[in-house]
Amino acid sequence: MDLRKKKRKVLLMGKSGSGKSSMRSIIFSNYVAKDVRRLGATIDVEHSHVKFMGNLTLNLWDCGGQDAFMETYLASQRGNIFSDVAVLIYVFDIESREVERDLDTYNAIINALKEYSPNAHVFCLVHKLDLIQAEHRQRIYDERSAMIRSRSEHFSIDTFGSSIWDQSLYKAWAGIVHKLIPNLTVIERFLHAFAKRVDAEEVILFERSTFLTVTSVSSEIGDMNPIYDRHERLSNIMKAFKHCAARNTHTTPASAGFVVMHTKTPQFNVFLGRFTDNTYIFLVVPPGEAAYNCAVLNTMLAREGFSKAATTGHGDGFPLPTVESPDGTNGAHD
Amino acid sequence: MLMGLRRSGKSSIASVVFHKMPPNETLFLESTTRIQKDSIHSFMDFQVWDFPGQLEYLEPSFDLENIFGSLGALVWVIDAQDDYLDSVARLNRTILTVQQYYPNINIEVFIHKVDGLSDEYRTDTFQDIVQLISDELSDAGYENAPVHYYLTSIYDYSVFEAFSKVIQKLIPNLSTLENLINTLANNCGFEKTYLFDVLSKIYIASDTRPVDMSCYEMCSDYIDVIVDISELYSWDHPDRKAKGEQNQEAESHVVLHDETMIHLMEMNKYLCLVSVIRNPESKSKKGLIDMNCRTFQEALNDVFSRSWEQEQEQEQV
Repeated sequence: MDLRKKKRKVLLMGKSGSGKSSMRSIIFSNYVAKDVRRLGATIDVEHSHVKFMGNLTLNLWDCGGQDAFMETYLASQRGNIFSDVAVLIYVFDIESREVERDLDTYNAIINALKEYSPNAHVFCLVHKLDLIQAEHRQRIYDERSAMIRSRSEHFSIDTFGSSIWDQSLYKAWAGIVHKLIPNLTVIERFLHAFAKRVDAEEVILFERSTFLTVTSVSSEIGDMNPIYDRHERLSNIMKAFKHCAARNTHTTPASAGFVVMHTKTPQFNVFLGRFTDNTYIFLVVPPGEAAYNCAVLNTMLAREGFSKAATTGHGDGFPLPTVESPDGTNGAHD
Repeated sequence: MLMGLRRSGKSSIASVVFHKMPPNETLFLESTTRIQKDSIHSFMDFQVWDFPGQLEYLEPSFDLENIFGSLGALVWVIDAQDDYLDSVARLNRTILTVQQYYPNINIEVFIHKVDGLSDEYRTDTFQDIVQLISDELSDAGYENAPVHYYLTSIYDYSVFEAFSKVIQKLIPNLSTLENLINTLANNCGFEKTYLFDVLSKIYIASDTRPVDMSCYEMCSDYIDVIVDISELYSWDHPDRKAKGEQNQEAESHVVLHDETMIHLMEMNKYLCLVSVIRNPESKSKKGLIDMNCRTFQEALNDVFSRSWEQEQEQEQV
């Protein structure tokens, strides 16, 4: 088997009704937020395979959260569920009235995970934040995540506040997939070199179907951008537009997409285009028509170099053998 | 002016269209108790008056001249999910009064909240209301009163569409604009072209081809995309320097998966031109399209500046 083809087991757990299946549907199945009302309760475990970036398959186990199921996971199914886990995503409902009990269940799950897959990453999402008044959000979230941390045994966990109604969901999931992608350092090194060459303020790589941020680099100037949640917001904006395009061209959201987008404004220029089979590249450069056109051309060349390297190298799209990727573009540049 | 019975949705319409409020938040709007005047400064300045439903303005104590004197269009909102007979009766009385003293006012009837009705029921309601009003009017001897009907809902684009039509009737040189856009669209092979007001996403003119709701939706959503992205990257910093010459107006285009191209060009502070292009031949002539749009921009600014000057001259006289 190709070693770089990776299958990662992802457990999605949390109390019944906390929103596990809702967020899964929005991120991976092209639901829009208001459609998730149609979802019923998850019975037992729903398995799904999500292809991400071509060679990474997420094996998603959406575990129904009712108490009876929880007990079987912890007892008779223990070995089956908790072995080989790469990531555990545990969802807390911020509105829950039995915080202590939730934490007890969580602790039991963590102990089971420690036993079977001690190297798993743990992410805790404090979900439905939209139901809390904006001025209390940060405080309540901080309190809750401190409580969760204190019950996480030796695992170093990441917590995110999220809501399906705004971009925070994308932030949380981008954080999760970021940890899962193999060869990420290679991609990042390439992007750094590339961004420097075309003088870009920012280069972002989006996954094609989910529009999650895979990775991004920004120049010193780009770093000064005061809007910190811009990547998530972009995911949200582009995905909303994709839905609109799908609706109006009579296709499913899964098959809709963009070929290319150019935007020129007096303050900045943006280019969005397909990069590999599974990614879009989003390029922000300072104004200047000629410089912009050069940057676009270079992106195209880099893409060609990239895919050539990929075909001669190892068959499929993304992660490239280490040195070739910056070289491929260097050659194409001049 | 927006009028109608209480709780029929007048303030919701005003907030959604002019203040970009998400439709589901309008639930929390309080009832309007006094006339809300809302000035919109855009390509042309106009005022939106939100008129509280419970006010009895036809009583003699009310100064009709004050209310209707400078009015361009009266929008009457009917709640289609409610019992509308009451509202229709009141509307009829209003129309008769208005027709008597101010025959130049356009009367626009929004049959509102149709999102909750099934398609069949929707058309039934529509016909019923139209019938009721036109019967009453012809009884009173007004055969060709300027009354128009729209089915609207704040949960989709219909209210924007309806408001666009209302505003278009108030633009003095609409036909000139339409001619200009038609010429442009024909020469460039555009499928459909709209001239949008960026702020409210009302279109103030379009080419005269039949309106296609899906085109409108995509164009208006595309404006959203551009506005949102601009918001993210238009920060000021002394170290941000341009690397060369560039036009002062924003320009953008996107090609979708089915090869449709949407082209957007900023015309001035308030307006932008959005076109849908399907013809593969015209797509390759991007430079030509850009140039044509620039020419159109000049013509457009001519049309508007002249109309302003004329108004000023008239005022001076």
